[in-house]
Amino acid sequence: MSAVQPIVRADEVVKRFGRLEVLSGVSLDVDPGETVCVIGPSGSGKTTFIRCINHLEKIDGGRIEVNGHLIGYREQNGKLVEDSESNIARQRCEIGMVFQRFNLFPHMTALENIIEAPVRVRKAEKARAVADAEALLDRVGLADKRDTYPGKLSGGQQQRVAIARALAMKPALMLFDEPTSALDPETIGEVLEVMKELAREGMTMMVVTHEMGFAREAADRVVMMDAGRIIEEGTPEHFFTSPDNERTQQFLSKIL
Amino acid sequence: MIAAFEWHIFWDRIVHPDHVFAQALWRTVYIAVLAQIFGVALGLVSALMRMSRFRVLRILGGMYVLIIRGTPVIVQIFFIYFGANLFLGFDLFPRTVGLGPVSLSGAVVAGIVALSINEGAYMSEIIRAGIDSVDRGQMEAARSLGMPHGLGMRRIVLPQAARVIVPPLGNEFNNMLKTTSLLAFIGVYELFLDADVHYSSTFKPSEYFAAVAFWYLMLTVIWSVIQAWIEGRLAASERGDQLSFWERVREAWAPVPGRLWGRAAR
Repeated sequence: MSAVQPIVRADEVVKRFGRLEVLSGVSLDVDPGETVCVIGPSGSGKTTFIRCINHLEKIDGGRIEVNGHLIGYREQNGKLVEDSESNIARQRCEIGMVFQRFNLFPHMTALENIIEAPVRVRKAEKARAVADAEALLDRVGLADKRDTYPGKLSGGQQQRVAIARALAMKPALMLFDEPTSALDPETIGEVLEVMKELAREGMTMMVVTHEMGFAREAADRVVMMDAGRIIEEGTPEHFFTSPDNERTQQFLSKIL
Repeated sequence: MIAAFEWHIFWDRIVHPDHVFAQALWRTVYIAVLAQIFGVALGLVSALMRMSRFRVLRILGGMYVLIIRGTPVIVQIFFIYFGANLFLGFDLFPRTVGLGPVSLSGAVVAGIVALSINEGAYMSEIIRAGIDSVDRGQMEAARSLGMPHGLGMRRIVLPQAARVIVPPLGNEFNNMLKTTSLLAFIGVYELFLDADVHYSSTFKPSEYFAAVAFWYLMLTVIWSVIQAWIEGRLAASERGDQLSFWERVREAWAPVPGRLWGRAAR
């Protein structure tokens, strides 16, 4: 309906692992500046779905566009063929990703983690990349950890560095794959705070999460997945006060 | 009657090494170093081949490792030095090989080639295990940041794999220092052939072979100190229990080292 072009446009995405169908036709649009939380029971396909969006997983049907560009594939005689590695790599520069287990590079300091991709991939000037990285570290509240190796950081600090690392590529979209699930309870808050700030600043975000408090507070829209399908979507108010779907009601009653 | 061990011969070989001996020692060292370097390169290539998406490369890499690890190194040395002449009718390695300012004997070059090829197969296994030991999430993170596979391998995965690769690599080089003695059989004048020549002219095997054993021991001891230093440097940026330099040296010299990586004689 809206005139703006969505950042993410997923259309009837199908994904199978062997004979198991994990995504059975998932369609979702995400508008610029929107924060969408994807919730659902484990095994519902929510993590697989956001991994498809930057082509960490190949898809077996449907199509995904980010910023109007087909992701991971190109069209050839009306069929989708997997794109070349360098093209896929270029597309991924526009899509930041934050992982459940942080996946910081342990042989690099916090700063080196952040400047690695800008310098090696974007060919940014080193001094410029360092200045940007320092600003990002400051933004996630870790300016003093500049020269610290990931092994010496707490889980929450590592995840904040990971967020800064993804932001350093100046992505149009940020994907979060259960960013707080591997954290100690006392460090979850600091990560969520950074994410809320990011949402307020207008970053387009897709967040797979079990943090219903975050979904309620920061999401523009909540999407519920079950058995490889989106079974309900709506505003947080709608979701947490009067969900229509019976499975959603069951899920929320268990988790809240 | 058993001949008495003539200590003065033994000590003389150790305290007053002659010029020919010094050259033999130097030859042993540079052959081992070069063969190890080329072996690591071959090992890296074949490890990457064996992890490739392409079946043909996987099969080729696998065959290489299978054949080389399945045959004795002395046979490989003979094959490479004499093989071309037997099968093709010409010498693959001429009497002398000129490489810019240096010239090496054909036997030395053949020896380096043979030992490199042999070493590559063992390094292939070690490097593959090293790459496998790196968490899958590391490559995913690299790719999610827009790095192509090769860049992610070079900048993210291999530096982490190196930490796992270096200890067994050190053992490989220790082995290499001693395996060079087999090149005596194709006429490379290295430490063992030097001892053999002296033995032939004096019929004093125990003295000369004990002395050469001492020199191999010296080489491997010096290497274990260097290895400890390298491992210390690699561990410096890693978290966890960091052994000091001398703790590493002591560990390397322990009578029964607590090492995962051992290898039976080839």
